[in-house]
This record gives sequence, C-alpha cells and structure tokens, in this order.
Amino acid sequence: MIITDVLCPFCGDLCDDIIVEVENNKIIEVKEACETGVSKMMGHERIAAPMIRENGKLRETTYEEAINKAAKILVNSLRPLIYGWGSTTCEADEKGIELAEKLGAIIDNTTSVCHAPSVLALQNVGLPSCTLGQIKNRADLIIYWGSNQAEAHPRHMSKYTSFSKGLFTKEGRKGKHVLVFDVRKTTTAEVADDFIQLDPGEDYRVLSALRMILAGGEDIVPSCVGGVPKEKLIEIVDRMKSSRFGVLFFGMGLTQSRGKPYNVANAISLVRELNAHTKFAVIPMRGHFNVTGFNQVCAWATGFAFAVDFARGQPWYNPGETSSVDVLNRGECDSALIIASDPAAHFPRKCVEHLKKIPLIQIDPCPGPTTELADVVIPVAITGIEVEGTAYRMDGVPLRLRKIIEPSHLSDEEILSRILDKVRELRGD
Amino acid sequence: MELLIKNGIIYDPLNRIGGEKMDILVKDGKIVSRVKNPKVIDAGGRLVMPGGVDMHTHIAGGKINVGRMLRPEDGRRGIEPRRKLTRVCTGYSVPNTFATGYRYAKMGYTTTFEPAMPPLLARHTHEEFRAIPMVDKGGIPLLDNHWLIMEYIKSGDMDKLTAFIAWMMNATKGYGIKIVNPGGAEAWGWGKNVKSLDDIVPNFDITPAEIIHGLAEANERLNLPHSIHIHCNNLGHPGNYDTTLATFDLVKDVASEKRQVMHATHVQYHSYGGSTWADMDSKADEIAKYINSHDHVTIDPGQVMFGDTTTMTADGPMEHELHMMSKRKWTNKDVELETGSGIIPVFYSRKVSINSIQWAIGLELALLIKSPWKTALTTDHPNGAPFTRYPEIISLLMSEKRREEALRNVHDAINKRAIIASIDRELNWEDITIMTRAAPSKILGLDKYGKGQLGIGADADISIYDISPEEEDPRKIQSALSHAKYTIKGGEIVVKDGEIVAVPEGRTYWVNPEFDGETTKDMLDDLAVKFKEYYSVNLANYPVQDAYVPHPVEIKTKV
Repeated sequence: MIITDVLCPFCGDLCDDIIVEVENNKIIEVKEACETGVSKMMGHERIAAPMIRENGKLRETTYEEAINKAAKILVNSLRPLIYGWGSTTCEADEKGIELAEKLGAIIDNTTSVCHAPSVLALQNVGLPSCTLGQIKNRADLIIYWGSNQAEAHPRHMSKYTSFSKGLFTKEGRKGKHVLVFDVRKTTTAEVADDFIQLDPGEDYRVLSALRMILAGGEDIVPSCVGGVPKEKLIEIVDRMKSSRFGVLFFGMGLTQSRGKPYNVANAISLVRELNAHTKFAVIPMRGHFNVTGFNQVCAWATGFAFAVDFARGQPWYNPGETSSVDVLNRGECDSALIIASDPAAHFPRKCVEHLKKIPLIQIDPCPGPTTELADVVIPVAITGIEVEGTAYRMDGVPLRLRKIIEPSHLSDEEILSRILDKVRELRGD
Repeated sequence: MELLIKNGIIYDPLNRIGGEKMDILVKDGKIVSRVKNPKVIDAGGRLVMPGGVDMHTHIAGGKINVGRMLRPEDGRRGIEPRRKLTRVCTGYSVPNTFATGYRYAKMGYTTTFEPAMPPLLARHTHEEFRAIPMVDKGGIPLLDNHWLIMEYIKSGDMDKLTAFIAWMMNATKGYGIKIVNPGGAEAWGWGKNVKSLDDIVPNFDITPAEIIHGLAEANERLNLPHSIHIHCNNLGHPGNYDTTLATFDLVKDVASEKRQVMHATHVQYHSYGGSTWADMDSKADEIAKYINSHDHVTIDPGQVMFGDTTTMTADGPMEHELHMMSKRKWTNKDVELETGSGIIPVFYSRKVSINSIQWAIGLELALLIKSPWKTALTTDHPNGAPFTRYPEIISLLMSEKRREEALRNVHDAINKRAIIASIDRELNWEDITIMTRAAPSKILGLDKYGKGQLGIGADADISIYDISPEEEDPRKIQSALSHAKYTIKGGEIVVKDGEIVAVPEGRTYWVNPEFDGETTKDMLDDLAVKFKEYYSVNLANYPVQDAYVPHPVEIKTKV
C-alpha cells in the first residue's frame, strides 16, 4: 500500500509530502524525505515492554504495573519535574500539562535547552515573522545565522528558501542572495553566496554593528567587529536595505552562544528596524518536529510557553529558576517524568547525576541513555507513524500527523491519561 | 434535566418580551412549554435574559497565543489557582483558554465568535476552541487577501469564487467571510499598504472596493447565515471616517431580505475626522447618521476602555505603524497566500487626548445609533479592552450620571473633539439585552438556530442577574453583570452566585454551503495549482479534520 502526503515526524520543518510504502503493517520504503527522515520512519530499536527497576536491574512488567508504579512515584513526590515533549503530539502535551497542574509539578520542554532564549527575546522585543510559504514566494535575501540546516533541516533550502520557486521568485536560486553567518564554514555556508565567518562569541557585537550602521552611525563602528571588516558590514546592510523581502533564520549557534537571549533580541531588533526600509522577517530554526507545539499548548493552557511551576497550585513562570536544568542543578526535584526526549544524553553532567539519584519515569518508544537511569520505563507507539495528532511546524503552522501503521504499544496520550486517572484514584478524588 | 425559572423579569427582545414577569421552562437543553418534575429556580423579581453573545472577540488561535507568549507580564495579572472543578487561570488581556471560558460564563455569556481565523492556521483556532470550556464558539476565516479570491474577483468568475468560498468553509470549519483591510495584507507582503478603496493591490490589479463588493455578492449567493464581516481599510487613521462611509455605500446594491449585507466591526477605530493626530476628532455622528438612514449595515463599536491591553489584528501594516509610533514590542505574522497579523501592547490613557476621544467615540456610536438592533456590544477583545470590561461599559451606556463622572477625569480634548458630553440618552435593559444578545445573534444569523432568545425550542442559554430591572445605580448594575446569579448553558446550571459549578465543553458552529459540483471541480483544479506551486503544505493536509471539532453544529445552506 502506498500512502501519500505523510508528515515526517523528525525536524521542525515538518515536511508533509512524504510517500510511504507499507506492507504487512511494516514500512518498506520512504520517498521524498531526507536521509534522517527516512531513517526515523524506517524504524529503530524499540523498547519491547514496560520495565521496572528492581535491585538495580530493569525487569519486564505489564503496562498496568508500570503505570501504577509511575503514579505512586509522582503522588509521593513533593517536587516532581515533567520534562520532554519534543517528539509527541499536542494532545499528549495537553494531558501532560493537566497532570502537572494536578500534581503541583514543574512542567518544561526541550525549548529549555534550545530556543528558550528565543522565547525570552520574543517577550522582550517581539518577533516580526511569517510562514515559510511567504519566504518561498517572496524572499530574495536569505540569511542563516548560527544555523546549519543543511545538516539539521536537510530539505529547508530546497522547499522554502534558497532553491525554491514561488510566485515572485520564479528564477529560484538565481534570483536570490544567500548569506550565512557562522563561526565555521558549514555545509550550509558552502552553498551560500556569501559566508561571513564570525569570531566565536561575537554574534552580539556583530549584530550591534549592523544595527548601528543601519541607524546611520557607521562612523563610530570600529574597522573590524567580531572578525568582520567594517566595509563588509556596510555592504551587508546595503544589501539588506535594498532587498525586496529579506529573512533571517537563526539556530542554536545564536541562541546557545555567549549572550543567548540578548543575541536573539539583538537579531530580532535588527529585523524590526529593517522593516522601516523594506520587508524583513525573522524565524527561529526550531529543532524537533513538535517542540514548537508544546510552547503553543503550554501558552494557551497556562499563559506561559515553557518552564511552568505549579507548586503553588497556580502557574509560576520564571525561566532560570523554573527551567529544568536549573531545578535539577539545584538538586531540587524528588522525582522526574521524562517523555519524548533524552535528557541524559543532552543535559549538563550535574543535572544527569541528580536524575540518577531520584525516582525516574521514562515514556519513550526507543531506548537511550535516559533508559539507563530510569526506574520505570514505559514504551509507547511512535508519534506520526503509529499515532496521529497535532504538530506545529517551526513557523507555527499546525498540521495533523498521520497514523501509517498499526501500533504495537499505547500512545503517549493514552499513557498520560492512565497515569492521571491513577493519580486521581490514589489521591482519592 | 428539567428547570423551572419562576418570578424572573424576562427580557427576550427577539420574542418581543421586554421586562415581563413570567416563567421559563427548560428540558433537555431547550426552552420548552411544559415540564414534569423540574428543579425550581426562584428568580425573585431579578433580571433574566438569554445567554450573552459576543460576536467579535479574539479568544483563540495564532494571534492570541503569540500575545500570551509576548506578554508574560499580562499572564501574571489575573492568576487564579486550580480548584476542584476548574483549571488554572492566567492573564488579563490575553487570558488562557480556561480563564476565557470561565470569565465569559461568570458574566452570563454563552456564545463567543472568534472573528479572525487565518485559514492555514484554522486548525490552531479549533484546538483552542476545544480548550475553551463553558461557551459555544465559531470562527470566521479571513478570506479577502487570498490570492485565489482576488484572482476570481478580478476575472469576474463569480461561480468559481462562490465555489471556493464554499470549499473554504468546509476546509476551515468556518462560519462566514471575514475581511480585514482588503488588499492590505497582500501589499504588506512587500512592506506596503493600501490607502483607499480605489488603490491598486500590488501585482493583483484589483482594488479593495472590488474585493469587498465581490465577497458581499458571493456571501449572499451562498446564503450564508452571517453577512460579510469587515474591518475597513485605514483603521486608526485620522480622517478615516470617509473611507468607512464609502465602504458602507459600496454594498448598498447587494440585496438580502433577511438581514444586513455588511457587518462593520470595531467602527470606533474607523470614525475619525481631522487630518493628523493633533486635530483628530470624533465623526461618530456622521457614522450614526448613515447607519440610522440605511438598513444594510450593522456595526459593533470596539469600545476602548482606559488601561493596559493588547492589540492584535490581521491588519499587519497597521500594527507596524503602531510600533513605529510607540516603539513597543511588536510581532508580525504574514500567512502565505492568505493574510497576516500583528500584535502590540497598548496603554489607553485618560490623560491622552487621542485615547480619550477613542473612548468617547465607542460610547457615542452606541448612543447615537437609534436602533439597538444595528449595534452589537464589543470591545474587539482585547484590542479596545478585555471582554471583562463589558459590565462597566453597560453601566456607562445606561447612566448619564456615570458618564458625567467619567468625563471629569479624561483629557480636555473630549469637550471640543468629541460629542459624548452632549448626549443624554440612557439605554434601558431592553436596549442592553438587544446589544448583548438579540442583535449579535441576529447579525450572525444564529437567532434561527436558537441563540440570543428564549422562545420555545431555543437553546436554554440563560443568564439571571442579582438585580432588579428597576435598579438605577450604575455601580450596582456593573457589579450584578460581572457575577451572574445563574448562568445556564444548554439547560445546565454552569454558574451559581458568580462561581463556576459545571464545566461543559461547548459546541462549534460552522457553515456548510452546498454548491454546484462541476464548478467546484474546475475551481479545485485552480486550487491544486496554488498548492503545488505556492503553498508550503500539501492540499491533502490543509482541511481541518473532524477531530478538531468534537461538538460541531453544522449549518447547511443552499445557493
């Protein structure tokens, strides 16, 4: 059976034109997707059955026992952390937020360690932006800053930017100027018209210089800023001003280098000021296919996009205090539920050490470093392959993930619902 | 469940009941004429009305949600903890979905319409509808700047235009046609705007006037329950009232026997005289004069109330202008082929001449337009103020004394550049019931589907306020309207003594127009090209799936 218009549950581009061939409830071929997407959709090692750690070893058990054990851990905790959400549906996110609210837990998602600075910058200065189709049809100047999407979002350039064609971009690549700012010559930089190599940690200064030149203050800009000659910076500003429609995409090279939210706010401010001259947009290159969706759900359900602490029975949002890395670093949590992400592989060592000390519940289709630390492991179906539901593309366009094959496991949403029910039961309400 | 509400003073203007003591009977969610063993509510001479209907309130979707992310400082205002029945509440001008539902219900409102749904992001609007409890909902898709709409109007292909709109209602699970600064969003794709009804939209060789007229005609051909719903060009510009009047006049040849053919929204922002902010003045009288002498247009004021709030609109270039003036944090979101939007926080100050005049104009419109059937009360939530300010606005409309008090504390300019001080009209409960229930329901075309009225067979959406209709103290009026004694939604008591006692999910109204199959096929060929060449998503993934509308009310229409 051939299934068309399938969404790829991998990166924030959320490609929706994938063709999948299924035979006997197994995916045998994936077309149109990038290599990473194909690999994800073809499948990997799975966690076979629920497991509980006893005497230091994981032993297989039933869903019921694992869910009961998870609920008990959570109910007996005073400061549980519920973290993850990069690769699941918005429907699961909604359940997770309800669970956190019920428990008085801290809920946070992977934004915390990738684009949290973008959210903080948004709340400081705003975000002049657009959907990716607007870029495809109009943009003649494309800037990537600290983002190597040739590796991280492999179809980004061909679908939406450098190589795409649209109503007002009929010439495709020929009619566009592509500019890459990075500290090293990435694969992305190799296909750009111009590569601006920045000294590491100098993003903020370079952005400030560009803004100063744009504001007419080039006479006070030093002859070289962050490794970029002043003449080059002036040329770039001229190009920005004379573009018909410009866009600046930024990745973790900007959000996670020195200056973090200040870098992003500076980049957004540059774009904001360019709108007095021409049309300009800015888009964060969000990583996982539904990391954006969690921010959306969390915002409409709690008023805040991530890092929400319900300990007071009501939301308290204070990234830096209520964000997972900070809570774990302070050794504050007495249990954690990790879903659809692998913090043991990505968090700072001290945080992982604390995760090892406390009762840890993992909900995930695949084993990873976090499994090694988990006390309860609950395997689930793969979202977007075995489970349908909503995901938000990096530009906030919501799409419905498809179910392509029948699952052998329960979904994230189902597991969370059952944990929530059990928590209610244990609490007697 | 059966209910008997006795001894209430009933206002039900759609059934010509204006303050009569009578019983209301409820069974299976509807108003009925007979019950067997009802629970009795003794309304004891208090005010009883149909549930409130807000026809223009930005409560769900991409804009309000970015508003929440943009303004955690607003989120921190209005925080309420989780209770046994209710989820956490946050926000003042950008409340979370739960607070939105509870706060409407506590004011006695039971129906709310989101008037700016970008088609590509309609799924998001419906997800938030699912998460807003208590009230029934509907979303009106933004269609005026869509490339295919502009192309069909340009080529005069009314059949395909109509077919496409019918398809869009299905695809977005939408309720009508929203127009926002027609041509402006497309021009804003290049950082430009349109400045008059006769400006040419760049690259599309069409004018705003042509877009408006074409959509009004298509709307009537499709027999949609609601008329076109327009945010006129030139919002917020001094001297814009003549654009507004010319917009009204554009569609007077479009006929409908059953209702208006244009609903102009937040007209306060479109009633400005003068040529700069220094001489901007109120032209509410000119607008009211037009509305009073024509029957094809209805309005809502988009009342401004003093204080901090958040503006959000599909009028992207306008929000950028506000940003250039105030320099406050600003978001913009262009949506490919379709529309755009922008958000900026605002503080309306009683010490600022312009804000004071804006405040006055909204009240003037409501007071100078003679028939309350032509005005639905709105603040264009949260643009003029959050919807929670309605009780205060109603008290101002009902009491000249309260307006006089308020006038003492606003900018002087109001005496020279506004009309409010000279108006002595005081609205009565019948006027208020019309403006907050019957008129919005009728303007939306929902009166026939049991909203905004208490006739036999109507939805048992009822509000009971702890006040006698004789009471004249404006502060008591405000207080009673802020906390309904009872709100009954679909026959279920959901608010008692101002507190939430039940949390139903609410339904979603959408319109499904039937249209000729052959034309639709041709139109779909054109649409397929748009998706293949220009959209960033595939056609198959575009329409909103049924899963997003768990409690639909499908209204079928025929050409």
